[in-house]
Amino acid sequence: MSELTLGYFLRRLGMWLLTIWIGATLIFTIPRLAPGDPITAMVERMIQQAGYIENSADLIEAWRARFGLDGPWHVQYRNYLLSMVRVDLGYSLANFPARVTDIIGRSLPWTLGMVSIATILSFGAGNLIGALMAWRRVPAFIRNILPVSLTFTSIPFFMFGILLISFLAFKWKIFPAFGNYGRGVEPGWNLDFILSVLHHGLLPVLSIVVTSMGFWALGMRGMMVTTDGEDYMILANAKGLRSRRIFWFYGIRNSMLPQVTALALNLGAVAGGSLLVELIFGYPGLGYFLYQAIISADYTVIQGIVFMLIVGVATAVLILDLLYPMIDPRITYSKGQA
Amino acid sequence: MSVATAAPANGSQDSARRGLNTWDSPWLNFKFLLGLSMIAIILLMAGAGPLGLYDTTRARVASAPLNLPPVWTNIDNPFFGEPDPEYPLGTDSDGRDLTAVLLVGAPRSLHIGLIAAGAGMLIGVVLGFSAGFIGGWWDAFVRTISDSIITIPALAVLIVISAFVKNLDVVILALLLAAFAWPGPTRLLRAQVLSMRERGYVQMARLSGANTFSILFREMLPNMLPYLAASLTGNVSGAILAATGLEALGLGPTRIPTMGMTIYHAMYVSALFRGMWWWWGMPIVALVIVFTGLFLMTVGLDEIANPRLRGIREQ
Repeated sequence: MSELTLGYFLRRLGMWLLTIWIGATLIFTIPRLAPGDPITAMVERMIQQAGYIENSADLIEAWRARFGLDGPWHVQYRNYLLSMVRVDLGYSLANFPARVTDIIGRSLPWTLGMVSIATILSFGAGNLIGALMAWRRVPAFIRNILPVSLTFTSIPFFMFGILLISFLAFKWKIFPAFGNYGRGVEPGWNLDFILSVLHHGLLPVLSIVVTSMGFWALGMRGMMVTTDGEDYMILANAKGLRSRRIFWFYGIRNSMLPQVTALALNLGAVAGGSLLVELIFGYPGLGYFLYQAIISADYTVIQGIVFMLIVGVATAVLILDLLYPMIDPRITYSKGQA
Repeated sequence: MSVATAAPANGSQDSARRGLNTWDSPWLNFKFLLGLSMIAIILLMAGAGPLGLYDTTRARVASAPLNLPPVWTNIDNPFFGEPDPEYPLGTDSDGRDLTAVLLVGAPRSLHIGLIAAGAGMLIGVVLGFSAGFIGGWWDAFVRTISDSIITIPALAVLIVISAFVKNLDVVILALLLAAFAWPGPTRLLRAQVLSMRERGYVQMARLSGANTFSILFREMLPNMLPYLAASLTGNVSGAILAATGLEALGLGPTRIPTMGMTIYHAMYVSALFRGMWWWWGMPIVALVIVFTGLFLMTVGLDEIANPRLRGIREQ
């Protein structure tokens, strides 16, 4: 059995590497297919700003070499992949001495915290709502009220965010519209800071949770309706198990599995959508710095952030995949089911 | 509760009570039809300009007075002009008539989504069918690639593309979106083909000497239509979501007004602070109609495909 588990682990690890490799290759290929060249464009912009730069051609050549943009494409590609493996994402073009990894290191924890809390909350709430919607022992009036909570499903996260800002932050001034923690609050493990972070993080989290939980609810409802027709549910009933026990340990337990798969498949979309949420709320995570990089045409930062995002999502999927055999004990024993 | 009441009650007694008549078609699903009519309204808006019902050239910059609030409002602010029935939904700070922007932009967003999802669906049908039917190494290859592409955040990669390629064409943008829209349908179709391959009617067709092509397209495809349609509307929604996201970052096509671009303009000049809610509000309302319509269609189509989802019967 342990051999099979190792095989499963290696297969999943292979998927992880493949995803990151495809992502890295896309990021490498796209800019090279596009007309123009970022270094030339940057030097031209500097010329516009400074009026005149001596030996601009030499400068372009020197920078090309510095950023690994010289030489034939396969050499560039090899160097690029090697630097990705070493997590060396180079320097920011717009703020030269700053390393891309430093910018990402500063912003990644905020994105990671905000997005993972929002995803867990929306996944949990959505699945519970969906399960209750399909559970016939729930009073009918509650079942009829539950779909109301799905009103904002399918609206882009950031659009709901705009609505939240305009009402809760500008009109009624209950929540701050901007930033990750208040001014004059000392970062650290003190109550003021934690409260301030929660206060600032609530609206971004809410805009993701409210707009995405309906997706989980509908999936869960469908699974629950199917599960409810299974023989073991009838048997559990016949055994005289309490309704609550059947709901959690027979209904939800079995309906959960495809939902976890769906979660793994949708993490990419959630991460993409959260980029815009951060921008709308001025939340200094990856999305915010990505936007700054787009404005200043900071190509290395754009590539670095997108690469980091792909790695992050792939890693989250890998973790989910590795946890999966624990939720579904059937999966490790047989290779065919994996 | 006894075993008898716990068992799902559907089938005979239901159809006997409601009667099987022509109006009992599963396609007369309320959610599906409601969603469909919402989308139809948005699509019909595209006709307003060409038919001369509304002057859509006023979607251009400086073709209307600045900062007019919508006609039904009564805002006491000297900064804004007087509401003018000529511009029912108001105008923005660059002199665009928001009614015209909406009439041109909202159908355009659907247009992008339809091209992207359609192209993605086409790739999905080919790959999913071949993977499910051929099996073996090809199946493993298709499954592995689609599983890894599906986890790559499409919006992020599109941001890289549009950061390098200025002035994206609408069709090119749609095709780029399609590059990320195919893994969903591929997975779905592959799973459906695998489950249908052993069904009686497929075996029957095979025994009757039907070739693979006609089994796939004459026997299996019609049975998958509701699944395909649900997947398509879901993908249209996903493509519009990504396109709107790009536009809201200021990276979309710039030649024609789009909903995301209008939101971008509004955010760019802080319309939120200045109380010009109609500027960012109108495109949001239009997009909410589009997304909710597509969502209702997807849910309705899911229910058409899978009768169990149509609701739990009271007993």
